[in-house]
Amino acid sequence: MSDIAVSQSADKVLDHFTLFRQPEYQALFERKKQEFEFGHPDEKVAEVSEWTKSAEYREKNFAREAVTINPTKACQPIGAMFAAQGFEGTLPFVHGSQGCVAYYRTHLTRHFKEPNSAVSSSMTEDAAVFGGLNNMIDGLANAYTLYKPKMIAVLTTCMAEVIGDDLGGFIVNAKNKESVPQDFPVPFAHTPAFVGSHITGYDNMMKGILSHFWDKAEQFDVPKTESINIIPGFDGYAVGNNRELKRIAQMFGIDVTILSDVSDNFDTPGDGEYRMYDGGTTLEATAAAKHAKATVTMQEYCTTQTLQFCKEKGQDVTKLNYPLGVGATDELLMKLAELSGKPVPDALRLERGRLVDAIADSHTYFHGKRFAVYGDPDFCLGMTRFLLELGAEPVHILSTSGSKKWEKQVKKVLEGSPFGKDGNAYGGKDLWHLRSLLFTEPVDYLIGNSYGKYLERDTKIPLIRLTYPIFDRHHHHRYPTWGYQGALNVMVRILDRIFEDLDAKTSVVGVTDISFDLVR
Amino acid sequence: MSLSVNQDVDVKGLVDKVLEAYPEKSRKRRAKHLNVLEAEAKDCGVKSNIKSIPGVMTIRGCAYAGSKGVVWGPIKDMIHISHGPVGCGYYSWSGRRNYYIGDTGVDSFGTMHFTSDFQEKDIVFGGDKKLHKVIEEINDLFPLARGLSIQSECPIGLIGDDIEAVARAKSAEIGKPIVPVRCEGFRGVSQSLGHHIANDTIRDWIFEKTEPVAGFESTPYDVTIIGDYNIGGDAWSSRILLEEIGLRVIAQWSGDGTLAELENTPKAKVNLIHCYRSMNYIARHMEEKFGIPWMEYNFFGPSQIAESLRKIAALFDDTIKENAEKVIARYQPLVDAVIAKYKPRLEGKKVMIYVGGLRPRHVADAYHDLGMEIIGTGYEFAHNDDYQRTTHYMKEGTLIYDDVTGFELEEFVKGLRPDLVASGIKEKYVFQKMGLPFRQMHSWDYSGPYHGYDGFAIFARDMDMAINNPVWGMTKAPF
Repeated sequence: MSDIAVSQSADKVLDHFTLFRQPEYQALFERKKQEFEFGHPDEKVAEVSEWTKSAEYREKNFAREAVTINPTKACQPIGAMFAAQGFEGTLPFVHGSQGCVAYYRTHLTRHFKEPNSAVSSSMTEDAAVFGGLNNMIDGLANAYTLYKPKMIAVLTTCMAEVIGDDLGGFIVNAKNKESVPQDFPVPFAHTPAFVGSHITGYDNMMKGILSHFWDKAEQFDVPKTESINIIPGFDGYAVGNNRELKRIAQMFGIDVTILSDVSDNFDTPGDGEYRMYDGGTTLEATAAAKHAKATVTMQEYCTTQTLQFCKEKGQDVTKLNYPLGVGATDELLMKLAELSGKPVPDALRLERGRLVDAIADSHTYFHGKRFAVYGDPDFCLGMTRFLLELGAEPVHILSTSGSKKWEKQVKKVLEGSPFGKDGNAYGGKDLWHLRSLLFTEPVDYLIGNSYGKYLERDTKIPLIRLTYPIFDRHHHHRYPTWGYQGALNVMVRILDRIFEDLDAKTSVVGVTDISFDLVR
Repeated sequence: MSLSVNQDVDVKGLVDKVLEAYPEKSRKRRAKHLNVLEAEAKDCGVKSNIKSIPGVMTIRGCAYAGSKGVVWGPIKDMIHISHGPVGCGYYSWSGRRNYYIGDTGVDSFGTMHFTSDFQEKDIVFGGDKKLHKVIEEINDLFPLARGLSIQSECPIGLIGDDIEAVARAKSAEIGKPIVPVRCEGFRGVSQSLGHHIANDTIRDWIFEKTEPVAGFESTPYDVTIIGDYNIGGDAWSSRILLEEIGLRVIAQWSGDGTLAELENTPKAKVNLIHCYRSMNYIARHMEEKFGIPWMEYNFFGPSQIAESLRKIAALFDDTIKENAEKVIARYQPLVDAVIAKYKPRLEGKKVMIYVGGLRPRHVADAYHDLGMEIIGTGYEFAHNDDYQRTTHYMKEGTLIYDDVTGFELEEFVKGLRPDLVASGIKEKYVFQKMGLPFRQMHSWDYSGPYHGYDGFAIFARDMDMAINNPVWGMTKAPF
């Protein structure tokens, strides 16, 4: 029996951060390892660990054809759910197995620190055999009665897709059985998890919702309005970014409809009342958006089909790639100016000047710094472009959802600047590939999401969290990354990390603290 | 403390009012899952382990979550392949904080996400060929992995893949156990069947197919911890107590567990079960097959810890029994100090619990030790035997809700106005918006451990931190 004193105390409670570093637990870990785990010898583990960092390992790792390890993509339905949740009073209804919905809700909740409402049709083995029609009929009735949505957006899990359930037919059937009123909006999208990723799901649902409102007969032959649609795409910073878009539109004095605006739904106040739905694009505005003169997508890869659909409706369409920084914001604003016939407001010209001034103040700290960037295709494009503007060097740009076309696009951005000469794009690759890249061709900083913290731990390359999902830092999604203000936020986030890193690397008294400077 | 709760509230009336909101067919079905606990009742009077109703916002997960997420995922020196589309593994990647010690990506793999990332062609032509290749590549890149498991996602069972054949063939080829798990998410009604399926695969593909590790020497004091997933380090703060009373914990199932520990488990003298719901199956099997007795214990809160330590010690000789008394005595000053500090801040506070398959009853006495009251409790995926085990912990008048829906929980909380809601991440922000203190009781809200004496101090601190935070006084604007 151990006679080591109890470390725990009521005065200063030790939780997992410190408890397990106490001697009694260190001894326990050692006993468990030595007597019961029958692990590999420490030397062997160290040897293999080193091997995983080698060029030889990198080659093997890049030769992978079948297994995906730590990807930067989720599956379609979560993207579809996100898109649906940006419409007024809309409840996503996920047709298929119920566990999926628990996962999507959890994932979005962990990022936004907000409730996330969606229901499942809870299909089980019998539904796998007979189809999920009854689940749809009962499910729509229950969801409509209990949660009183203004719209139910139906999407699918891979289970329903594999057995081939026909959403359109099922919904008609359910309406005939009076699950919901005949005129109640139930747009839908098939969102098979084995095709594309969450960004594809976003696209499918957006097109599904727009088709629902735009393909109605009574809407034909209405003249175009001066309004402009903006589709934000799947964006972890949607709360800050959509509000920034609205602010910009207001400054311009133009009529903008954001198609799928989650900014209020994913940022409800703590005032004693729980709002299951809040804000969002109104259904009226969604229907009217058909007659807008133009649609601008902030993320090309989230809206491939949707944008084509808008084009078919006679709209002028513009593709952007997560516009970050000076040039990308200039383009966005000039496009809005062109479409609206109104000049870019002076106030925005001032904001631009302030951003450029800030970059000038800080550029020395970006110079020569090598970055790796990973995430969704559009984010990677936007981030790469901004890093080049800052005089930094984007080196590895990786997206599991990235295609060959995307790789070419990234390369084109890199070729546009002397700071991009060492850069490479890696489409279809994952974070285990990136690990090899970071060990064999190191960079100074890594930009991505929370999953990158394991890479930071292994490679000691500081991580800057700037894209979905961010689980282990709070509230950044409330600040924009788009517009000149957004660019400033992003730059400050990167700068802070650089300065913290500089301080950490110059903090040994009498050794490295020569450069522990008060003024930087 | 009184012997009953909710005496000043018409709880039955509240249940009826909530049920009224449903369409008739669903109302009848849901009514069977809701009840108010009567005095001396043998069970909670609710139906359980039944399909969730479509469209009601069940909080439940699926069989894959029960197998990959709960039972298999924490076995740290094996690689668990999320077999099928990319999502399931992505969403469950590092979601449960099953702590482990190891060199991740080298000899341990707990916080990694391996998937066969099914594409349309894999659905159409079958995924077995791809699975072969996935296993080869994993074996090549992660030579120190002790084995693999194949965690089936929904499509696998629907497209007729033969993952068992792949497992057999590849296992022979690479010389390591490969466990095919048929935990497709559409099987069963919740996570629960996934636990059961996972247990069965350990029986069939580990116990039946592998040998205990050479060099392992048994002693008369060998026990195992079964059904502790080491969330926030729970298994460690439990293990320490068992070691202190003189026992050897030869295996942890499955938090911080290894393949060797699974293989050596049949050498235990007794299997100690914390989460009965997720692992009673394997314990019963070992009792039948190897004659190993099993015992449930509860390491939440000092009352239950002391009782459990005595019960466990009673299975061994006098030395162990004396040690148990010494350990209880040794921690008593800590217990007294924790209660002295926190009870005055928590006494009389009312709690509503809604979690998985163990904690809705197991944590009750930890709250009682702090002078708090449970006024409502329910399980996501319990069976009737769980509800039978629940009455012991609960008082007359407690509201019981099985597979509660989002709507019901919201209405019940509004009706009963507890001082604390103890549930999961999907529920957390709903209640915080309402101005109610909340603790996640799956993940310990990123804190923990909560098991054992060391854990109780953290538990008490965390409940106080939630309930007595100044933020709850600021929800109403003064203007």
